Amino acid sequence: MPDLIQRQGALDRFAAAPRNIPAAALSVLPDSARLSFRGRPSAIDAAGAAFGVALPRDACRFAVKRGRTAFWLGPDEWLLQSEGEDPATLFADMSGKLAGQSCSLVDVSHRSQAFALSGPQAAYVLNHGCPLDLSLATFPVGMCTRTIYAKATIMLSRPASDIFHIDAWRSFAPYVWQLLDEARSELA
Amino acid sequence: MLLITCPHCGPRAELEFAYAGEAHIARPTDPMALDDESWARFLYHRANPKGLHAERWRHLHGCAQFFNVVRDTVSDSIVTTYPAGQPRPALPGDDKGATR
Repeated sequence: MPDLIQRQGALDRFAAAPRNIPAAALSVLPDSARLSFRGRPSAIDAAGAAFGVALPRDACRFAVKRGRTAFWLGPDEWLLQSEGEDPATLFADMSGKLAGQSCSLVDVSHRSQAFALSGPQAAYVLNHGCPLDLSLATFPVGMCTRTIYAKATIMLSRPASDIFHIDAWRSFAPYVWQLLDEARSELA
Repeated sequence: MLLITCPHCGPRAELEFAYAGEAHIARPTDPMALDDESWARFLYHRANPKGLHAERWRHLHGCAQFFNVVRDTVSDSIVTTYPAGQPRPALPGDDKGATR
């Protein structure tokens, strides 16, 4: 009975009643379709055209257009994210348009769980477990990168000066969430 | 903690990187043609210099790319980094691991 199987969010049991700490608020982000794109230079423009967002060539930057985001993760690797879209539809559409190109496209929608840390003390709380310099000069709005939080690899992006999006693999998501929740306790 | 400049992402904490051994060691194109001595030299013999050492690192928790680092094994200071595939840059006082 496949229709009885419901996918559960990795953070459901924490996100139901998060503590209200406005200086560093934690909230789960809505489900997205996510595709991992890796390809030769010749396939990059075609992937951008197929996705509807030109893939950023600058290191550690993301581009947004109409709910779709292309994150630069490496010189030949991008994460393509589309909020609220069915992963199967997006994947079928993209892989059709990229037929014949030297590239790989993998549906990783259910691999990770995204959540947001926002508020004036968000960078301070993140620095409890992340060694990056999160000042606006070195980590400006529009930057994204894979990095490390304590023992877990995360993808960190900054859509606004006091909002960070964290994308952690499903099984690591409760670990990262709970550490951040503990780190922000002093601001309660 | 070391601050390592990834050729793609810029300066990052050592925590994000993985060490991957000595750089510029090319696999023999025809291993079957080698005698045991030469094959063992390729597999196991490393320069282990006191001084500047060219080595491979991987930005594992970042762009995931391999690249090369010249590090001083005495002071543990990193002299320069450059993308994989490029030759070792000329540096003052560098004997290129001549102890080998």
